[in-house]
Amino acid sequence: MRVGILYSRVRAEEKLLFQALEKRGLDFDLIDDRTLHFELSHSASAIERFSGYDIILERCINHSRAVASLRILNDWGILTVNTAEVAEVCGNKLHTSCALSVNGVPTPRTFTAFTPESAIEAIEEIGYPVVLKPAVGSWGRLLSKVNDRDSAEAILEHKEILGTYHHSIFYIQEFIHKPMRDLRSFVVGGDTICAIYRTSQHWITNTARGAHTENCPVTHDIDEISQAAAKAVGGGVLAIDLVEDEERGLLVLEVNYTMEFRNSIEPTGVDIPDRIVDYVVRLAEGEAPGTGAESPA
Amino acid sequence: MAIETITTTAECPDCLGALELKDVMQSEIVQCPECASELEVVSIDPLTLEPAPEEEEDWGE
Repeated sequence: MRVGILYSRVRAEEKLLFQALEKRGLDFDLIDDRTLHFELSHSASAIERFSGYDIILERCINHSRAVASLRILNDWGILTVNTAEVAEVCGNKLHTSCALSVNGVPTPRTFTAFTPESAIEAIEEIGYPVVLKPAVGSWGRLLSKVNDRDSAEAILEHKEILGTYHHSIFYIQEFIHKPMRDLRSFVVGGDTICAIYRTSQHWITNTARGAHTENCPVTHDIDEISQAAAKAVGGGVLAIDLVEDEERGLLVLEVNYTMEFRNSIEPTGVDIPDRIVDYVVRLAEGEAPGTGAESPA
Repeated sequence: MAIETITTTAECPDCLGALELKDVMQSEIVQCPECASELEVVSIDPLTLEPAPEEEEDWGE
């Protein structure tokens, strides 16, 4: 078996994945996305560079590069983890919300609007505070908790004037008064393999922003909503961000398709990179449930 | 493929501070302990460090 690892930079996660591949004696190549160019055709010469791989594990740090590469590879019939469809849905919060909603997965109340005026209407329909998020982005960057109309008007104007156009596709979400923590569960091939609590004194509880992590036992409810969210976005290797609402229970905030896990191995005791590699191998060997990308070219 | 790594010392190209590198590989990101710059190991033979690419808007998980 030959595995390709499509990557942008080698972080702790990538090194751990390489070690897991080496431990199994698997043949693998590193494919730096900065070195790639694709001929957009189905000619044998275009596909040749990648046709020798049984599967490609995508670990790009740029969402745009990931989606473009996966789209081309999947169109060529090359099996990838995750698929282009999963990347497209998870990499855009608006698309994620739609997928979760249509599949009946509980989420905070969420609106989108295209002008500051209509965004204000949406915000006031939800009621303050709300959270404005960029549809594409990660690590808690550019999140705004909007507490009142003055803040809303200022932030919306800034986003419209100072941001690129896609910042004017406003993504507005109800603020959940969570207990200073959220949850992240890890779903690999349909199994909820572990979960962590992310605790912070700040309302943003991303580990990239300094949140403390500890093990979160996978309860029936966590397993159920995690699997439902994973299935809604297309399945594969995913990290589900959950928040606890006093009345409604667990709600899904977002789903990550190129997840970071360095801070989650020790508290959970689960060898996450090994579980990922195990899934990749089983998928390539046809022993794991597919994710829809393996249609022939 | 076998991952090639190197353990060595190096000089930060930003602040000229000293870095101790342990089992680093090509494309790995390291941080200078003196100036906190993120650096990319662009080559391990010879060892070459360059400022890591700036974070872009669509970076993430």
